[in-house]
Amino acid sequence: MTQFIDRRQNPKDKSLGNRQRFMRRARAQIKEVVNRSIKERNITDVASGETITIPTKGIGEPRLRHAQSGGVRERVFSGNKQFSTGDKIDKPPSGGGGRGKEGADSGDGEDSFEFALTREEFLDLFFEDLELPDMIKRALLEVKTWRRTRAGITTVGSPTNLNILRTMRQAHSRRIALRRPRTVAVETIEAEIAALEAKARRTTDEDKRLATLQAELERMGRRRRAIPYIDPLDLRFNAYQARPEPNAQAVMFCLMDVSGSMGEREKDLAKRFFILLHLFLRRRYDHVEVVFIRHTHEAQEVDEETFFYSRETGGTVVSTALAEMARIQKERYPVAKWNIYAAQASDGENHSGDADRCIALLDETLMPVCQYYAYVEILDEREIEIFRNAPDGTALWRAYRRVADSWGNFAMKRIARPADIYPVFRELFAPRKAGQPASRAPAP
Amino acid sequence: MTDATRRAAEPLFEGTEWTFDRLHRTYDAIEVVAREDLGLDIYPNQLEVIASEQMLDAYSSIGMPLMYPHWSFGKRFAHEERMYRKGYAGLAYEIVINSNPCISYNMEENTMAMQTLVMAHAAFGHNHFFKNNYLFRQWTNAETILEYLEFAKKYVARCEERYGEAAVEEILDAAHAIMEHGVFRYRRPPRPNASARMERRRERDAFVEKSHREIWRTLPKQPPARLVEDEDPDEPVKRSELKLPEENLLYFFEKHSPSLRPWQREILRIVRNIAQYYYPQKQTKVMNEGCATFVHHYICNALFDKGLLTEGAMLEILHSHSNVIFQADFDDKRYSGINPYALGFAMMADIRRICEHPTEEDRRWFPDFAGTGAWREVLKDAWANYRDESFIRQFLSPHLIRRLRLFVLNDDAKLAHYLVSGIHDEQGYRRVRDALARSYDIGMIDPDIQVVEVNLKGDRRLKLQHTMQSGIPLVEDARDEVLKHVHRLWGYGVTLVGVERESGEKRYEASINLN
Repeated sequence: MTQFIDRRQNPKDKSLGNRQRFMRRARAQIKEVVNRSIKERNITDVASGETITIPTKGIGEPRLRHAQSGGVRERVFSGNKQFSTGDKIDKPPSGGGGRGKEGADSGDGEDSFEFALTREEFLDLFFEDLELPDMIKRALLEVKTWRRTRAGITTVGSPTNLNILRTMRQAHSRRIALRRPRTVAVETIEAEIAALEAKARRTTDEDKRLATLQAELERMGRRRRAIPYIDPLDLRFNAYQARPEPNAQAVMFCLMDVSGSMGEREKDLAKRFFILLHLFLRRRYDHVEVVFIRHTHEAQEVDEETFFYSRETGGTVVSTALAEMARIQKERYPVAKWNIYAAQASDGENHSGDADRCIALLDETLMPVCQYYAYVEILDEREIEIFRNAPDGTALWRAYRRVADSWGNFAMKRIARPADIYPVFRELFAPRKAGQPASRAPAP
Repeated sequence: MTDATRRAAEPLFEGTEWTFDRLHRTYDAIEVVAREDLGLDIYPNQLEVIASEQMLDAYSSIGMPLMYPHWSFGKRFAHEERMYRKGYAGLAYEIVINSNPCISYNMEENTMAMQTLVMAHAAFGHNHFFKNNYLFRQWTNAETILEYLEFAKKYVARCEERYGEAAVEEILDAAHAIMEHGVFRYRRPPRPNASARMERRRERDAFVEKSHREIWRTLPKQPPARLVEDEDPDEPVKRSELKLPEENLLYFFEKHSPSLRPWQREILRIVRNIAQYYYPQKQTKVMNEGCATFVHHYICNALFDKGLLTEGAMLEILHSHSNVIFQADFDDKRYSGINPYALGFAMMADIRRICEHPTEEDRRWFPDFAGTGAWREVLKDAWANYRDESFIRQFLSPHLIRRLRLFVLNDDAKLAHYLVSGIHDEQGYRRVRDALARSYDIGMIDPDIQVVEVNLKGDRRLKLQHTMQSGIPLVEDARDEVLKHVHRLWGYGVTLVGVERESGEKRYEASINLN
């Protein structure tokens, strides 16, 4: 009569559908909160979902309930200490909660609702209506690489693909079916014949026996010759098929000036920028590699820790970093297999006369292979007011402007505060930046 | 139990890990006490072990194993999940469903001692209460609830497929808004006799659909003709058919709304039936929890006395037992009203005390059963025939009022101070008891709102009346939102009038006009 049932293995996401309904319903509010929080919050936290509070407008469940105040009412409390009948107690000023959590059961009275977004939900909202520019390349690359995958067994093929096990199994069953005499049987008879022949004197019975055996041996020999041990019919080969594979890997080059002019603040801003780009690539591609190249007057590839935290002294020659990137790309990241992205951060300083070399490197070597190249110049808070939209600026900025003019997939921005990064980022990756504002997805 | 058997047996289990074998053995031991000692009468039990995520799922669909989809359940889920993950709130150790067989969920994280407590609490305490309390017997149908929910879920899903999620959501939103006013309070519900009637309804819908002829659609529509019909003085039937005043708003719209389509009426009906199912639970919180707590306390002690529980297990059980029945003082930060577990358990333990060791005072207050020793019978009678309000009115003893140090505070919005109108002394007992009982009266908790009038001759305006008790108003924002939903269900203008119960004086009027 009594039953124990183990339900622990039952599906656990029964509420997922309802949760999604709820998210759809509250979409506008959630979106707004997420956008605001991205601007303010430390970007390293972005990856980890978060608790958000949204206004209940639109997701309230109104009910007809008694208000908490008004009218005449009686309440019973426990734990009387000093009151006696007839005592008067002053009310706390203007509806304050002077009496414990009296309003706790009001529930719907609150005007905000708090809940946790998962990392996926958060990032989905974060990246919504963003699209990598010039995705054409990826679309074309979709069927660029081929991979051989097993596709079962066939009866034809080259000897190298012979599947011995399957072939032998096939032959074995054929031999059994056609009753090909087994080697063991032949050997037994041969042994018996040899034994009989070896005898000096044979009885007539034995002679008769010898004759039958020899006849049998001959019959077996004929049959064995007629039925081959392995027939071409038995051959089985492994089959392979070339399967198109989407090119789902990307490499991201992080270039940064680490000379003395880049202080903690600048590096911090740069880091956030890189992290954001990295996060975004991770969503797009199965596999994202990151290469860190730092430079002073010379460039070298380093690990992340060194990249962000070690101090270097020296001059600033930007082109060294570009040359290093070109070298590494050629060596390790062929265009056919990798989607290449680059992000560069600098304070705009450069050795005089180096700008032309930079332009040449970008124009001729790097831009043709890059999906996208993003450059941010980190300025002082004061400077940014002056330079925000000014076309001119440092020598490097002017040089890069020329690159930007000729390459649609080259973007550059100036930033000064953490809060600037997200807007910059959005603008960088806004779908179809130039010319087609109409194609922007309307905000839901 | 004789002294010879006392602490003679081997304990049922040692250590904290539970296994299905241990659960079985423990269940059997509990059942012996429950049936032979306490004499409980229960539905067959179905105990399901679930993981914490599943408990969260169960929470958010108001404790039901299946439920139609709606965003509000997702909202509840998001909220509960956050509370749980952040550690603000532990999950309940169990959830129990009033059905036959009686399903209870036990969390896999529970220790064996907790599973023992939970089984005694839910599978026996709550189960007995569900099966025997008059409210549950009269108002809910434990046999068919799961079947009905299955139907409801499928029906809503089918509607979503045919009419779109948005349309279904709209009607569900509106129905949920007046869910509390979708129950029959003062008269018996027209007994659903569930499946038969549902079947008939579905057949009717199917017939309407089948007999729908495309050609008729081209005829001009004639809604005015019906209006004329209503106006006809020779047909007073219409008005009397409405059976005004009507307290069950969902029922009223389901039957009489001029603008709903058959599937929308069916959805209102589903929400109404679920509301009705929960109606007894709202009125018996103290008793239900008190009964379950008293039962688990008694059974666990009995098992311990028999030597079936180790001291360690008993200690853990007592620890969570005392957490459950903790009652904070009014000036304590943790105070959030009277704890129904504490009050229910204390009252039932008090009844036992009065039966076994009455004082003079008890004999005066409870001459019927003080000193009789028959506490099992008194309790079972109470569990079967009372609800919170009447239970408190009948059984709250001066002894307990003193122990909890209860007092009554009068709050008149017009005055600048509260008045202590009764405390735990000779003059105050009755006053405290009355006030406490009244605060559990469903008629006082939910606002009294009824359909009082429909303008059949003119604009079909619907008039609702809120009968106010001592001038207590509604939450205004929510009230206006709800009226919008009501308007959606009725299709024409709606007015809500607040009228004072005693004086008949009109306090407020809120309207939603036609479009």
